[in-house]
Amino acid sequence: MSAVEAKSKYEQPDAKGHFGPYGGIFVAETLMHALDELNQTYQRFVKDPDFLASFDRDLKHYVGRPSPLYLAERLTEHCGGAKIFLKREDLNHTGAHKINNTVGQALLAQHLGKPRIIAETGAGQHGVASATVAARLGLECVVYMGTEDIKRQAINVYRMKLLGAEVVPVESGSRTLKDALNEALRDWVTNVDNTFYIIGTVAGPHPYPVMVRDFQSVIGRETKTQMIEQTGKLPDAIVACVGGGSNAIGIFYPFISDEQVQLHGVEAAGEGLDSGKHAAPLCAGKVGVLHGQRTYLMEDDNGQIIETHSVSAGLDYPGVGPEHAWLKDIGRAKYFAITDQEALDAFHLLTRLEGIIPALESSHAVAYAARLAREMRADQSIVVNLSGRGDKDIHTVAEIEGIKI
Amino acid sequence: MARIDTTFAELKSKNQPALITFITAGDPNLETTVPLMHALVSAGADIVELGVPFSDPMADGPVIQQASERALSQGVGTNDVLNLVREFRKDNDTTPIVLMGYLNPIEIMGYESFSAALAEAGADGIIVVDMPPEEGAELSDILRQHNISQVFLLAPTSTADRIQLICKQASGFIYYVSLRGVTGASHVDAAEVESRLDVIKSASKVPVGVGFGIDSPAAAADIARFADAVIVGSALVRIVADNATDLDQLIDKATAFIESLSNAVKHARDVESIAT
Repeated sequence: MSAVEAKSKYEQPDAKGHFGPYGGIFVAETLMHALDELNQTYQRFVKDPDFLASFDRDLKHYVGRPSPLYLAERLTEHCGGAKIFLKREDLNHTGAHKINNTVGQALLAQHLGKPRIIAETGAGQHGVASATVAARLGLECVVYMGTEDIKRQAINVYRMKLLGAEVVPVESGSRTLKDALNEALRDWVTNVDNTFYIIGTVAGPHPYPVMVRDFQSVIGRETKTQMIEQTGKLPDAIVACVGGGSNAIGIFYPFISDEQVQLHGVEAAGEGLDSGKHAAPLCAGKVGVLHGQRTYLMEDDNGQIIETHSVSAGLDYPGVGPEHAWLKDIGRAKYFAITDQEALDAFHLLTRLEGIIPALESSHAVAYAARLAREMRADQSIVVNLSGRGDKDIHTVAEIEGIKI
Repeated sequence: MARIDTTFAELKSKNQPALITFITAGDPNLETTVPLMHALVSAGADIVELGVPFSDPMADGPVIQQASERALSQGVGTNDVLNLVREFRKDNDTTPIVLMGYLNPIEIMGYESFSAALAEAGADGIIVVDMPPEEGAELSDILRQHNISQVFLLAPTSTADRIQLICKQASGFIYYVSLRGVTGASHVDAAEVESRLDVIKSASKVPVGVGFGIDSPAAAADIARFADAVIVGSALVRIVADNATDLDQLIDKATAFIESLSNAVKHARDVESIAT
């Protein structure tokens, strides 16, 4: 398939979960049946009006959707170029876009009759969102979290515990998100009969990338309607940060066929792409297989996954959702990287200019959008997916800046 | 491939199951692995399974994870593992070697280079834990061209359809994962395994081995009554870990453990034979 064809007839993935050469199902035999069962259940419910109605109802009354689309006038003025709009996922219940997906997957868990859910978490947002829906539905919840991240995100750890979840510290490997995912997979292999694994991003084996995309694409659908209401047209560019890539796919997906809308994903450049200390597999990685999917990865010459670095725990992941790999290859989305320092600067900029404290993850998108806006005209517009709020990060920022709270 | 088939044929003529022993290549260091492999064979191992270290071994429990980490901390890569196989083959041309690992280190080498190197080094089979047959047609073809057996896993959760699919694809032997869980998990229930194995054996044209949760001569004997092979991993790797600083002691302890298992496995069917 040529790139042009691929974009105009965008129907991804195929029945086996392939986005071009990416995605698929690469797991141990024990999980094959569970994934098959999940896929069949999901395919049934995604067409079921009752299921979709209950999902929409939860998004409205529990999550608080639609989230506002806000014109950031002072940020726009500061940058001196395109108008910058913020899609306020930070205003969702629990403070990030993650809840859109956990609400959907928890409904599936309930339909499958699984009394126990497990989740992996990096920044803790997905863990909190999972613990939240578990509390609401009365499900047992176990969250795996690397000990490195537990240190960085003490507030979210406590939130999960308040919500009744058990937070299991993961000591293996680099003690971050990827290791939490490994440990969650090990739990699932062991408890597959009574457990539903809620993956928090558009990664992992099929059907997770497509399922999480579908649950998150409410972000892009709302954005489209809201932009037309507020400006009478579609935005010229959309900017979102990419770790695993769920907030980015959520806002990109409904715009994929609108080719005049540029899609920009922003990875974590950490201390710089040249330093090797980053988390930017799309910008500086190679294709491989990890966590059940073929995609771009951070790996060494022996195919070992290498440790990533980012100031934001939520972007600190060596892989990326397979659909991003495909969107990169066909040129429909473009991917860039923002350093820790640039993200920190944007964190302060947005806080001071707009009175909105962004998550460090989302600060990467803000930083890139500010740069992009300067290169664009005043009659053009950019939507930034402000995927989460920054309350969870204030200790990290204070520590970096030598301030004791 | 021939070595695996020959080994199983010889054991079948004696009504004995095979004992397959797993260690991680380069654990605790590269110098130990080949002497340890020879010691395992001398102690009664019929097939040596060699783990290829991987940074994210998602199907392994803590014991084998840590073995991988010990090997990786010394920079052990796929080429080092192949060198170990070559070195082993200098003194042993009959015992089959089956590598076990994850897909990514194979992907980065390329299927063709990897398979050719495997054959040239003298390995006989490979288990790729995270490569189900649905995704693996290309790799399977290339391995077949190089006469490398592709050993597939079956699990308690495998459906009848999957058992048929995998039995059709498998060569060398089939590895039945005796329980839901990761390597080194709790004790295995032999009765449950036996009834599952009946189903698999009737569908399979190759021998069916059982692994996961076998940690003692008694557990090995239970399985050996009906399985074509008994596979022991974590219990042996734990001995390696506990004696990592003293090579002589490591070899002695591993030898004693494998001798006890071998004895249990080889004689598990004796009573039955006398009775019938």
